[in-house]
Amino acid sequence: MKARVAIRFRTGVLDPEARAIEKALANLGFTGVRGVSRTRIIELELEASDRDAAEAEVRRMSETLLANPVIETYSVTIAER
Amino acid sequence: MRAAVVTFPGSNCDRDLRVAMERVFARPVASLWHAETELPPLDLIGIPGGFSYGDYLRCGAIAARSPIMAEIARLARRGVAVLGICNGFQILTEAGLLPGALVRNLRLSFVCRPVRVTVVTASSPFTNAYRPGRELLLPVAHHDGNYVLEAEELARLEEEDRIAFRYLDNPNGSTADIAGVLGPGRNVLGMMPHPERACDPLHGGEDGIALFRSLLATLT
Repeated sequence: MKARVAIRFRTGVLDPEARAIEKALANLGFTGVRGVSRTRIIELELEASDRDAAEAEVRRMSETLLANPVIETYSVTIAER
Repeated sequence: MRAAVVTFPGSNCDRDLRVAMERVFARPVASLWHAETELPPLDLIGIPGGFSYGDYLRCGAIAARSPIMAEIARLARRGVAVLGICNGFQILTEAGLLPGALVRNLRLSFVCRPVRVTVVTASSPFTNAYRPGRELLLPVAHHDGNYVLEAEELARLEEEDRIAFRYLDNPNGSTADIAGVLGPGRNVLGMMPHPERACDPLHGGEDGIALFRSLLATLT
């Protein structure tokens, strides 16, 4: 089973790198950009066969290590294959 | 004074911190490897600067979950003094021993220069040898020193007098110019500037010495 965790800054936390990308786009003449945000994707290959158990486990991993809940939010997607 | 400095894979200020402590404390400072889980009796634990685990995932994230940190968290709750400098500050926030988080510097550049900070509170084991309001010149060297804190948390820090140092010329975008904060019990300090690099005339300044003198006066 494959899991994908998408991690991004919480609303209200300024991401200096996203802001730099936005400025660079404006400098290149792309004037229609109203906002840039970045999301980090972490993909996991899991032994689990139960989808709900796998999702719960990946949520625990996200809370414990993959995301920092002080500044980040995350979402988990499970893809069976 | 029984003090120790922790080394993680990628720490690079551990020796500097030990040397600074040993000079002021006039006794040996132990060295602890991050995999250790049984620690000797200690009054002070130093978590040094560097690039633990190559800053992978988030600065300090992996070190904060290494075996020794559970024991350090337990000792911190029992009142043992814990000093985290630079990457050590990042590790302490990641471990939940200090509020907030440290993210990429606002102007994105790595900042490596002496900065001016003021001592905000002298009411801590780390700062009691300073006069509040005193201006210090301390080196910083970091890419991720931008201290992010929610408004309510900032209000709490101010109300509880837990801001230890503020930048005079904020080098990294930190909320409210915060350069160092105390934990709820005042026995945990995290700071981005390096006091251990301002302890000798040849360092270019000695403004960091009083921090170690404060600890010596309080913990012995």
